[in-house]
Amino acid sequence: MSTESRPVRQWLLTLPSLLWLVVFFVIPAILVIITAFRPANLQGGVGTGWTLATLREVQDPAYLPLLWRTLWLSGATTLVCLALALPVAFQMARTGERMRQVLLLLIVIPFLSNFLIRIFAWKSLLHPEGPLTKLLIGLHLIPENAVLLNHVGTVLLVLVYTQLPFAILPLYAAAEKFDFGLLDAARDLGAGPWRSFSKVFVPGVRRGLISASVMVFVCCLGQYVIPQMVGGTSDEMLGSKIAQRVFSDRNLPHASALAGGLMLAVLVPMLVVVLWQQFGRKEAE
Amino acid sequence: MDGFLVIDGVSKTFGAQRAVDDVSLTVAQGEAFSLLGPSGCGKTTLLRMIAGFERPDRGRILVGGQDITALPPEQRPVNTVFQNYALFPHLSVWENIAFGLRMSRRPREEIRSGVDRMLELVRLSEHARKRPTQLSGGQRQRVAIARALVNRPQVLLLDEPLAALDLKLRQHMLMELNTLHEQVGTTFIYVTHDQGEAMSLSDRIAVMNTGKVEQVDSPENLYESPRTSFVASFIGDANFFTGVAVEMQHEGYVRVKVEGLGSPLVLSNGEVSANQTLRLMVRPEKISLTLKRPPSGERVNAFSGVVEDMAYFGSHTRYRIRAGEHSILAQLQRSRFSGGEIDPARGAEVWMSFHPDEGRVVRLEATA
Repeated sequence: MSTESRPVRQWLLTLPSLLWLVVFFVIPAILVIITAFRPANLQGGVGTGWTLATLREVQDPAYLPLLWRTLWLSGATTLVCLALALPVAFQMARTGERMRQVLLLLIVIPFLSNFLIRIFAWKSLLHPEGPLTKLLIGLHLIPENAVLLNHVGTVLLVLVYTQLPFAILPLYAAAEKFDFGLLDAARDLGAGPWRSFSKVFVPGVRRGLISASVMVFVCCLGQYVIPQMVGGTSDEMLGSKIAQRVFSDRNLPHASALAGGLMLAVLVPMLVVVLWQQFGRKEAE
Repeated sequence: MDGFLVIDGVSKTFGAQRAVDDVSLTVAQGEAFSLLGPSGCGKTTLLRMIAGFERPDRGRILVGGQDITALPPEQRPVNTVFQNYALFPHLSVWENIAFGLRMSRRPREEIRSGVDRMLELVRLSEHARKRPTQLSGGQRQRVAIARALVNRPQVLLLDEPLAALDLKLRQHMLMELNTLHEQVGTTFIYVTHDQGEAMSLSDRIAVMNTGKVEQVDSPENLYESPRTSFVASFIGDANFFTGVAVEMQHEGYVRVKVEGLGSPLVLSNGEVSANQTLRLMVRPEKISLTLKRPPSGERVNAFSGVVEDMAYFGSHTRYRIRAGEHSILAQLQRSRFSGGEIDPARGAEVWMSFHPDEGRVVRLEATA
């Protein structure tokens, strides 16, 4: 194979995934952004002509607390997921081959049941008449009249529950490639178990941490089912509003403007991360 | 027991396997000491117990009089140069070397001067900012040594330090390690399966086999008077003969009757009684080859055989010679070929002779 044809071959190989991305991601995204500049019509569709009115509408300060809540809930979920997933990935990479397969299976099994069903399960588990509430009251761990549902903490808990596998899997993939002999070296050089973990293992799985963070954070940003089902009325996220504009208000341009704004809020940090990774790779060479 | 590093009756079992079996060793301060043996002999387990990665089932380990058996690795005055160097890939060379000092929370100024001094010692100052992956194998090894030595360990452990290097570099680093040991004066403990490495690096060597120490001695003594046939065959090449002691002479000389080779006179380290079955060892290069029968005498052991095979190695030639039941290995340096006789060819009848001092009685394996 000659050297000139190698780039051509690479292009041909990436073509299917490139087409897939363009057809199902780039074009719809552009359509969403275009819709934001169209007027809404009374039938719930999109009218003709162009307008900047929607863009002015979404600058409503009422959206700011929503945006802020969306960002901090996603951020907090990401941090909690990473904190839980790191030790899991560490242990999984160190256990024997068979046990590892079992653990991986256990992590993936929840995906076999429908996402909504799992959220419903949480709802009934945390219900005032549900088993968990009764158990905790019975053990006098929470007061008699405590409500576990409809709380921002509940939203965080269920978000962490749904996103945890997405943090564990990339971290485990990174931990599996980690040379655990480096931890011996760290101990040998005077680092205790905790400092060996934080100074050598954590930087060693840096790539996995970045992918896990992006996965969890981005997935959280678009959530609307969880806050709607287990959160209170004041725990809405931006996704809830987008859904509401689409399904109840039938105002597609408004929903598009919100979705486009959120998309930018996701893409800009991701672009930064990608550039950071590229920079890190160049530095390592 | 005095000594700087003391290993006192240490045993370690993994499952059903006795990895280290009641080993006791004493190493002096500043000594270069090697644990030598084939893979699975327990040398690495012993090293990991000194470093603190494994706990002995029985026995104690002392450094400078302090019992460190129960201490975790991070609290031991011992540092290790790992076989694959185990450099931290996310840190620069400079930060790798600084790691130990940072862990012991030394002042910034001390860390800076300590690391710079080490970089100079291993001649890597201009590579300080590079990542380990940007270095060659030899440079990486020097970083690993610097990273360990900067902590001023009382004992430096080196696990197969040259195994990952190619032949040329290995010979170069061999010299370098010796120079470094002289410069820093720290006690060096090498673990190696390579007898050549052990011989040229160490003041003394402990030869290990199946979890036990077979012999602890200087390289010269191990080579010239191995006590067991395992040591004799592991360090260098050796011919072994089994015979019966027939005549004891003064100063440890014994005449041993060997079937097919007459009754050579050899030297014994230990007590030997008449009619005892013995094992003799003669190094290939100690055997002289001649085409004519050498002049007989009290101090000459001579017997004849037929050249079966030969191989030319440049600096020397090796011959395999059949003498009755025995297949004997002899090695000749060209210049040493006495009397200017022509080289023996395949099938030629030759005479082999060796001096009684070159033949040794070694302990029989397992039965001893």
